[in-house]
Amino acid sequence: MDADWSADLQAVALTLKLASVVTLLLLVLGTPLAWWLAHTRSRWKAPLSALVALPLVLPPTVLGFYLLMLMGPHGLVGQATQALGIGLLPFTFTGLAIASMLYSMPFVVQPIQTAFEAIGARPLEAAATLRAGPWERFAHVALPLARRGVLTAAVLGFAHTVGEFGVVLMIGGNIPGATRVISTQLYSHVEALEYPAAHRLAALLLAFSFAVLLWVYRLRPRGALLAAGTPTA
Amino acid sequence: MIEATLCLPRGAFTLDVALQLPTDGVSALFGPSGCGKTTLLRCLAGLEHAPGGRVVVDGQAWQHGATFVPVHRRAVGVVFQEASLFEHLDVRANVAFGWKRLAPAERRIPLDDAIAWTGIEPLLQRATTGLSGGERQRVAIARALAVSPRLLLMDEPLAALDAARKAEILPAIERLHTLSGIAIVYVSHAIAEVARLADHVVLMEAGRAVASGPVGELLSRLDLPLPPGEDAGVVLQGVVGALDAAFHLARLDVPGAAFWTRDPALPVGHRIRLRVLARDVSLSLAAQPGSSIVNQIPASVEAIADDTHPSQVLVRLRTHAGGSALLARVTRRSAQALALAPGTAVWAMVKSVALLD
Repeated sequence: MDADWSADLQAVALTLKLASVVTLLLLVLGTPLAWWLAHTRSRWKAPLSALVALPLVLPPTVLGFYLLMLMGPHGLVGQATQALGIGLLPFTFTGLAIASMLYSMPFVVQPIQTAFEAIGARPLEAAATLRAGPWERFAHVALPLARRGVLTAAVLGFAHTVGEFGVVLMIGGNIPGATRVISTQLYSHVEALEYPAAHRLAALLLAFSFAVLLWVYRLRPRGALLAAGTPTA
Repeated sequence: MIEATLCLPRGAFTLDVALQLPTDGVSALFGPSGCGKTTLLRCLAGLEHAPGGRVVVDGQAWQHGATFVPVHRRAVGVVFQEASLFEHLDVRANVAFGWKRLAPAERRIPLDDAIAWTGIEPLLQRATTGLSGGERQRVAIARALAVSPRLLLMDEPLAALDAARKAEILPAIERLHTLSGIAIVYVSHAIAEVARLADHVVLMEAGRAVASGPVGELLSRLDLPLPPGEDAGVVLQGVVGALDAAFHLARLDVPGAAFWTRDPALPVGHRIRLRVLARDVSLSLAAQPGSSIVNQIPASVEAIADDTHPSQVLVRLRTHAGGSALLARVTRRSAQALALAPGTAVWAMVKSVALLD
């Protein structure tokens, strides 16, 4: 039982670490992407939007499979990482983090993009007539006005990363301390017929997910997640 | 001097103007909705880029050849139709938003002046969300003034407000030029606002500037697509010339004419602006000593044009001594009976004048 507990705690700690890293990186990379998508008239907007949204409809195993191929010893990325002396990414925390970022990207990019689009051009034009350059318009007008969207994005990105399973299995395997997160630990418990332990983790995830969504809806008393431009999956 | 030569296709029309506007006063871009006046304003601000265009303000090229100074580097202030306040900032931070981005030497208008001129001191600590439409627009004006612009552009700032809010904010806008000395370009489709605020008027139609000139002359022209009907009339500028304390009357002197009107409680010498509507002016071939109409002004006919209804004509008059232009609306039958023609000497019987400021 003690061993169980410590393995569970290790999985919880790893999950939180993974979700934090993924959320942070996605906010940093996803915000400029959302800004570009919200303002561009480029013909690349539609293909890129579709690409970002793919994880919403794709079975996680498909994404995981292609990433495995790409990052494996014969894949483009795999050969590059090997040439750089990084080694192979599958079945490492780094590989898992990269895969999770792709998988959770729409949950971060779309709320921020919607928030930017909702601001409209006018406040930014007003700021320009008030001597604010492009960076100041972004940092002092667009970001503060989109703060709810950014917050929603962070929470949903975090929660969605915590809840992933298929991609983790494909790309991370189930290595304790490196890639074994709550969902795969739960899967191991069930396979070993350790139902009380499985209940513990399942209930934890259920309560966590409900709390997150409750918070998001409180933040947005009007309208559904989808209406707010937030993907559902 | 503001010089603008701009050409920009815009769906239904092509903006195509070559304009010179004075900087010592309020210039109105006047015309129906969709005539391109807002597009012209946005080109002046730099919010739209008309390739190959030219915008020079007081000798500074904002756009010329390959030069296109971006909006945030132009000494321009813009007030939009909706106040467009920053919702994440309170009123004070909104007003200071542009001001704090100026180098101290560029702050020719103190922040406190911008606040005082628009009367928003009581609002400074408030959030923007709780403000009324009129309050929001006054904050927007203060915010634009606080960047000490050379040119203040106002795009129908009253259009979204109800009559009461308009009445609250119009006097503030009227005072702006006098107080700040900043050149103002004011976009409007409301003749009443133009009559009240503008010194110089550009009449626009389908993307082109069809006429440009001082407000008194331009609004009296009969050859322009000005709003017909009840609104036809002229704007005259002058001073309070004398007071008749016993009868509570004041004499308002404009070039070539004087009007007695209800005493507006202004001192002698005070600058005023009058609106005389064509429907309030009738014509007579001789002075009428037996009439209750006190304002009988000798003038001569300059031109006659059809009015909207076939029974009526509009007559353009020039008061004697090379004075002001007036418009009179009379029936076609009267025009014939009086044998009115260019050059006919008449007396304009003015039933009422409206003091605008």
